[in-house]
Amino acid sequence: MGTPLRLAWAYIEDCKLAINSPIIATNRLSKHFKVPTREAGLKAALVSLFHRAYRIVKAVDDVSFEIEPGEVVGFLGPNGAGKTTTLKMLSGLLHPTAGQLHVLGYEPARRSKDFLRQITLVMGNRNQLAWDLPALDSFELQRAVYGIPGNEFKHTRDEFIDLLELQELIHKPVRNLSLGERMKMEIVGSLLHRPKVLFLDEPTIGLDVTMQRRIRSFIAEYNQRDGATVLLTSHYMADVEALCKRVIIIHFGKILFDGDLSRLVEQFSAYKTIGVTLDNGNIDVSSYGEVVSQQGSHVTLRIPKAETPQVTARILAELHVDDLTVEDPPIEDVIDKVFSQKRPLGEPV
Amino acid sequence: MKRMLDFYLTAMKVSILEEFQYRVANYFYMIGMIAEPVIYLVVWSTIARTLGGSVGGYTPGGFAAYYIVWTLVRNMNIVFTPYGWEWRIQRGRLSAELLRPIHPLHSDVAYFAGWKVVVIILWLPLAAFLAWIFKPTLNTTWLQVGVFFLAIWGAYLMRTMLLSLLGMITFWTTRVSAVYELFFAAELVLSGRLVPMSLMPAWVQQVAGYLPFQWTFGFPIESLVGQLSPQQLLNGLGMQVFWILLGILFVNIIWWFGIRRYSAVGN
Repeated sequence: MGTPLRLAWAYIEDCKLAINSPIIATNRLSKHFKVPTREAGLKAALVSLFHRAYRIVKAVDDVSFEIEPGEVVGFLGPNGAGKTTTLKMLSGLLHPTAGQLHVLGYEPARRSKDFLRQITLVMGNRNQLAWDLPALDSFELQRAVYGIPGNEFKHTRDEFIDLLELQELIHKPVRNLSLGERMKMEIVGSLLHRPKVLFLDEPTIGLDVTMQRRIRSFIAEYNQRDGATVLLTSHYMADVEALCKRVIIIHFGKILFDGDLSRLVEQFSAYKTIGVTLDNGNIDVSSYGEVVSQQGSHVTLRIPKAETPQVTARILAELHVDDLTVEDPPIEDVIDKVFSQKRPLGEPV
Repeated sequence: MKRMLDFYLTAMKVSILEEFQYRVANYFYMIGMIAEPVIYLVVWSTIARTLGGSVGGYTPGGFAAYYIVWTLVRNMNIVFTPYGWEWRIQRGRLSAELLRPIHPLHSDVAYFAGWKVVVIILWLPLAAFLAWIFKPTLNTTWLQVGVFFLAIWGAYLMRTMLLSLLGMITFWTTRVSAVYELFFAAELVLSGRLVPMSLMPAWVQQVAGYLPFQWTFGFPIESLVGQLSPQQLLNGLGMQVFWILLGILFVNIIWWFGIRRYSAVGN
């Protein structure tokens, strides 16, 4: 296809994306970085003065997905998979190398004010509050930045402070807050303008279990009350299981899976776990399958998925069983299996 | 417009609150900054006395006035530096500001403007102390006071534009510090910071006439302590407006190209 024709085609694709409006839509989105490389040592350093070598890193490569209004989607992948790069493109921080994307009908890279007023990007390791002042002062600045009417601002601020139980902390300088308390303040600051789209990049990183749970329930509540769309990255599967029905898995910059969380287990797990509590704990059960653990009379076996019915029937027929459960493997194990793949599978599953 | 004003006032208020948290540090910083003009003042006053009472029209009292006002103008010239730009671009700290529906430069201008309010308040007793020691000669009209007030803020905006332009070079290079050092050397000589511009050789003054530096430093000082006519005062303000507008134009152009190269690494 000639260049003008290709441009015209890209424009038509672009318009189609904008008109048929899922709230987030990407089409063959890519972001490539040109990275200088050189060997270690003095000689290589000298050579690089005259001849610089580069390589292209495909951080995000040909990624397409759509997200409907109100969805909460988990965006998963190992470190360096392309999650944060994608979020940065979706929030307008990075210009894509190729492909189209629309969020709320806007092209994020244009960073139009109307677009920015309707989104937020929360990063677990980012601090946007004034360090030396109580968070209330930073909230006031957020009000001015987003032009939030006074009454609306106060109502939202107080509502969030109540929901996250921050009443005791709002007068303390931010530098005196614990990591978890600071994160809660960051989330309040990021949502004061009531964004319609939330990009959450590891919002619970480094927090204790109680704090993680509090933040999760707050996000869920915000999603339900405001009908906001949420795209969440997290290495904590508890976050994903609690919030996301759908997950998108990205690895080596490509999408490996896009669908229901439950389907992910079916798709990628070839095993089931059978937990058996026996009358007599001294029986050797290794002939039934791989023994994962044995604690007293309780044995956990890993069985190929296809053999599960037969093995279960055999156990029940041949052994004195007090209790038996058949479960899918933990989601962490499935994700770990997906992440440990050495090369991209190509097209999305 | 109303929204912008609200933003500026709120951001300045937050900045003032923040800077007052560090009032002692701010004061020590300002006191430390006095060393440079005091050295210039002592040297030039001695030269003036040796040469029969004045150099290039400046008496020791005139030099005292020049260098005391210098301390305020120097503080008004402190803006977000290219080092800061380097830090925010290389480490991805610009990301947080890019997510806001307001240009990061507005945040810089508002934040430092708030700091200036603190600086001016802290400067007043310092200036009184220096005046008590060095006995400045100051014959100032109300027009000069008014122009001076505008000129220090004009200088602040001009320097913000100049240093932002330098800082944004980091979008293309990894280090901008070296370029800044070069800029700084030129500014030192051509701005009136080292000596009043009228003491410089004619050709230096001529070169400086084509450059922005003297409008950020020498002009604000001389608008208060010099012998400038009303016409010269207005011309000076006009030059500041010209350089500010030119700065805004170039900042926007460089920003437009530069932001496409921003990699948001690290944050």
